[in-house]
Amino acid sequence: MSAHLEATPVGGPILTRPFKWLLAVFGVGVLLLAWRFLAGLGATTALNDGYAWGIWIAFDVVTGTALGCGGYAVAILVYILNKGVYHPLVRPAILTSALGYSMAGFAIVVDVGRYWWIYRIPMRFWQWNLNSALLEVALCVMAYVIVLWLELSPAFMEKWKVEAPLPILKSLSTALHPVINKLMIFIVALGLLLPTMHQSSLGTVMLLAGHKLHALWNTPFIPLLFLISVIAMGYAVVVLEGSLASHFFKRERETEMLGRLSGVMVVVLSLYLVLRFADLIWRGALGAAFTSGWMSVFFWIETALSVAPLVMLASKAGRLDPVVQFRAALFMLLGGTLYRFNSYLIGFDPGEGISYFPSVPEMFITFGIVALEIMLYIVIVKRFPILAGAPKKA
Amino acid sequence: MTVDRRTALKAMAGVGAAAAAGSAVSLEAREKRVAPPDALGMLYDATRCIGCKACVVACKDANNMPTDWDPQRLYDYPTDLNGKTKNIIKLYKEGETVSYVKRQCMHCIDPGCVGACMIGALQKRDHGVVTWDGDRCIGCRYCQIACPYEIPKFEWDKAVPKIVKCELCKDRKDKPFNPACCEVCPRQAVVFGKYSDLLEDAKRRLADAPDLYEPKIFGEHDGGGTQVLYLSKAGVPFEALGFPNLGEKPVPETAQKIQHGVYQGFITPAVLYVILGAVIWRNRKGQSAEEAKP
Repeated sequence: MSAHLEATPVGGPILTRPFKWLLAVFGVGVLLLAWRFLAGLGATTALNDGYAWGIWIAFDVVTGTALGCGGYAVAILVYILNKGVYHPLVRPAILTSALGYSMAGFAIVVDVGRYWWIYRIPMRFWQWNLNSALLEVALCVMAYVIVLWLELSPAFMEKWKVEAPLPILKSLSTALHPVINKLMIFIVALGLLLPTMHQSSLGTVMLLAGHKLHALWNTPFIPLLFLISVIAMGYAVVVLEGSLASHFFKRERETEMLGRLSGVMVVVLSLYLVLRFADLIWRGALGAAFTSGWMSVFFWIETALSVAPLVMLASKAGRLDPVVQFRAALFMLLGGTLYRFNSYLIGFDPGEGISYFPSVPEMFITFGIVALEIMLYIVIVKRFPILAGAPKKA
Repeated sequence: MTVDRRTALKAMAGVGAAAAAGSAVSLEAREKRVAPPDALGMLYDATRCIGCKACVVACKDANNMPTDWDPQRLYDYPTDLNGKTKNIIKLYKEGETVSYVKRQCMHCIDPGCVGACMIGALQKRDHGVVTWDGDRCIGCRYCQIACPYEIPKFEWDKAVPKIVKCELCKDRKDKPFNPACCEVCPRQAVVFGKYSDLLEDAKRRLADAPDLYEPKIFGEHDGGGTQVLYLSKAGVPFEALGFPNLGEKPVPETAQKIQHGVYQGFITPAVLYVILGAVIWRNRKGQSAEEAKP
């Protein structure tokens, strides 16, 4: 794991101007959160008995964890397919995953009505309903948050071994660093197993919606489709993050490596699209793509966003162009996000006359959560050895 | 560093097998559920209902439900089942044809909400009645997503909310499992009793007066069957009364087949974990050997 040693803190001041803006957005979110917990969900959200799940589930949880699959996707490459060349991407990918999953977990606490009993989900194992796909998602996500922070812990220990704000942190880091490195193989394997399980189950969850979920998304293959698309999204997240980090922190861009990663994404995305359409044809549901009004429109937007990266990255020149890489990754993520919104919200129809559009507090609580995520990312990469690659030469 | 093709292929085969197991490929048979022998239920006959809503009032009273005021605060005026209303009478009117329909929990034989609920807050308990246990509910509302009849309701206006649904008056003072709605109905449009007796009764009514009814008992087979059964007026199909066309397959069947196929006995995840660990270990060994080279 020599490549890890090359990772260095970015350094520089924390409280920059953009950071203060993020702090303000987060502050608004905190105030709205207080309101949500004091007044209840009806007062603060547009949720209703028909649309019991809104953007907190469709975006913060379902899309948020998908965007948090960079760590999973890169780990498959590095640890399973043995492509050590991508190793410098592991740590930043694990960091975004850890943040994404932690924020998703936080969003669940905000969304559920009776959050004070959440601890009973993992504790009361004798009451588990093993038929429930959501139970599996809940347990796996809880476990995976812990696994991700454990995977990332060497980055913190490496720094604290040398200098720590508290003496206890220093001695703990010195003692635990070799232990965690020995155990890492078991942790990494868990980090590969858990997303395989819960990202597919996130698809299974919506099968219980039955006739309320439109035929374009309602398929017994939804678990497999969710799993494959999340891997493609994972590579896109890493490309996007690599591009943004090199831009904002003025570091050398790993253009060649990100180009090769984009190539891997093309393979996975192609597999996804083939399966997506094969399933529609097999179920005889493709006709619905032309006859379902707005549902058809959203289906084709989703499809166009997912096909676009294939076209953009078809040539080698495209794959090696930083701008094309960035745009293709962005389209990939938008396509994957819309697939999830379609499966959880837009394709979900509880009956005539019932509608949902997120309320302003719902949106700003989401913005607040995302702002917190970005702030934590900035603090951690500036202070801890996460990003590899040298600062850009002027 | 070169890729070890064999390892890569093996790894892909492993992940692929697990993923395939996670899909529809390995669906195993799932036992058809039947109502318990002591199952209780209700039978609603739309030809007898006059829309007086005495049952709506009686339900509120028996279950201590709050008033859902109209804008002028003159009446208890629920417009649908909601966090304050477990039972409602709706009107269907199309030209000359008029029918009422009573809506409340159907007490499914194989309920979607029970299949959804993570630690069994919703369960079929005594007499096959689907009941809610606040001691287990975290308010995730997956039951609302899973119910094809849109029955479980959430107390959106409360900071400490509950799930609200008909529990067949199981906690009624002095008269548990004696639904107030059936007790007050002046026309016996809704009656309660043993599920098996009610089903027989419904079949008899259909046979005795086939001209009066739609030729179907809703709930006999729909969505795997329900302990609340419905008869509709001739010329008023159940879809018109707001019942979904579910077919005979239980709502949770597909999802549970997939979950069971993959997770039965937790074997697939355990095997996959061992394979993943072995591949990582092998790769790492190769890697450190390479690093050791000058």
